[in-house]
Amino acid sequence: MSTPASPSSTDTGTEPVTEPVTGAAASASESAQRESLPGAAENTGADPGAKPYAAYLLGLADDAMVYAQRLGEWMTNAPQIEEDMALGNVALDLLGQARGLYPYIGSIDGTGRGEDDYAMQRDEREWHNVHLVEQERGDFADEMARLLWFSAYQVELHSALTGSGDDVVAGVAGKALKEVRYHLDHASLWVVRLGDGTEESHRRMQAALERVLPHLAELFDDDEASVLAADLDVGVLPSTLHDAVVARVARVVEQGTLTLPDGSRWRSRGGRAGIHSRPMGSLLAEMQHIARSHPGATW
Amino acid sequence: MYGNDVIDPNEPLNAAETAAYDAAAEHDDQRDGRDAVGDDFDALLAADQRIEPRDAMPDEYRETLIRQIAQHAHSEIIGMQPEGNWITRAPSLRRKAILIAKVQDEAGHGLYLYSAAETLGIDRQELLDRLHNGKQKYSSIFNYPTLTWADCGAIGWLVDGAAIMNQVPLCRCSYGPYARAMIRVCKEESFHQRQGFEILWNLMRGTESQQAMAQDAADRWWWPALAMFGPPDTGEAAKGGHTEQSMAWGIKRFSNDDLRQKFVDMTVPQAQKLGLTLPDPDLRWNEERGHWDFGEIDWDEFWQVLRGDGPCNAERIEHRRRAHDEGAWVREAANAYAAKQASREQQQKESAA
Repeated sequence: MSTPASPSSTDTGTEPVTEPVTGAAASASESAQRESLPGAAENTGADPGAKPYAAYLLGLADDAMVYAQRLGEWMTNAPQIEEDMALGNVALDLLGQARGLYPYIGSIDGTGRGEDDYAMQRDEREWHNVHLVEQERGDFADEMARLLWFSAYQVELHSALTGSGDDVVAGVAGKALKEVRYHLDHASLWVVRLGDGTEESHRRMQAALERVLPHLAELFDDDEASVLAADLDVGVLPSTLHDAVVARVARVVEQGTLTLPDGSRWRSRGGRAGIHSRPMGSLLAEMQHIARSHPGATW
Repeated sequence: MYGNDVIDPNEPLNAAETAAYDAAAEHDDQRDGRDAVGDDFDALLAADQRIEPRDAMPDEYRETLIRQIAQHAHSEIIGMQPEGNWITRAPSLRRKAILIAKVQDEAGHGLYLYSAAETLGIDRQELLDRLHNGKQKYSSIFNYPTLTWADCGAIGWLVDGAAIMNQVPLCRCSYGPYARAMIRVCKEESFHQRQGFEILWNLMRGTESQQAMAQDAADRWWWPALAMFGPPDTGEAAKGGHTEQSMAWGIKRFSNDDLRQKFVDMTVPQAQKLGLTLPDPDLRWNEERGHWDFGEIDWDEFWQVLRGDGPCNAERIEHRRRAHDEGAWVREAANAYAAKQASREQQQKESAA
């Protein structure tokens, strides 16, 4: 494992951000709202094993974990049996990504927590995922719109992270990259089929592209944790992924005879700082209640 | 891994881990004497050769197989629901991953079995319609609810264990595609059964409430699991059902009662290892018979659930129909897109020519 640079540069300014079509630029007022990050602030100095980019990795792990939870809801509910299996596969891959990161995060944030401590024992305000992945399951077009954007984002993210200065992060990204390319293929095929299928499927797919829009900008926000991780050559600035992700999605949308919607009047924000939307609380209640009903039990 | 330190990995936990399975799989490999026998259905059966899709076969044989394979496929598909109900709530990430993979396997088994049925000249859509409109059945065991996490353990241990006991002899079934499907399905079911046992093993070594949860699940699943082998079909009872004809056709090789006894004999010692009490006061070792004696199954309940009045009959079919109906526009879109693509390719060919 390589040693990252000294964690002294926590207060560097964000890099210039190009204005993205999804309206993703982090504004000054958002920067002001940022909260102190547990991994960055609390664990510098005291624990010699502690690394300051734990909060960044927690955001990535939580994205994968929460989306795996949502996708798991499709099993027995998909339009055909093959799709029950396919969405189960995507859920398993994302669950695997989260499980690859949580124990490592526990080893670098000074807490020594294991995967189930992160997944089952944290309250809503301690989760760092974006709002996109916590939204309730919609129709199949909604899911394909979400999966198209999220997997396109993950392809660019993990491509960049294979060059991470942290060998563990690079390793997780290398494995994940193979998986998320498949997810992107799968979502792309469906978006094209639905877009260029029947009148009804076209209408539903176009509506889904519009519904998912407000939740996209957050993926590309340069929050404090990602700026720090990028400075340390461990992470990647989310804003730098934006154009490539949009280009990937735009190609698929065009092939599906659909239209990429214009910017949204509103956008979600705050997930990386533990500010979540209404569905998150219920998601956690369902996911955690058995584990929390039996304190100290192993399964 | 935890919990496995006392479970001997070499000790068979289910019928797919016994010599009977190996023999069945090997037997299938050795069925290569067709050339000497010819294509006659009865001669093939008499020579213990496989019947293949293109062979002539009696209509009743075909219909019986379609019904049985379809019911088996439907059971896999409906069987995804009781455990699928726990995917979002599995108490650890490891358990969640194992459970998702298991439900996926069930979907895969369903598709594999529908394909086997299709070799008999019927299509999957027709079979699904028959499931949805109640003309074909699925295993009645899935009409019981999964009330606690321990039920995921009990289903794996008891329900999958019983299913494997039923299915290992089917690996030698006279119909080739079904036999081959069973060889593969049994192997995967065997993992599921072991995982179920391990869930209960951990619960029984956990807190008091975990142990109580496991015992409650065993109490509720034991009798329905025994009923999975079907009503008595030996002695007087043999005159009633399909057993005799199915045996003559090489579709069935053991009576329901024989398979049930084998299952009880294999499972009682496992319950003892787990520390679970099986809910049968008449359960005792019979030295003379060399088998476990067990009490009377409540066949009234069995017939009641089979007729549709079980705890979850309506829910299971309703869930399945809803998912299918909600997905109709997606399947229509996929077909429409495929048709457009085909016609575009046709046009390209024509313009190139």
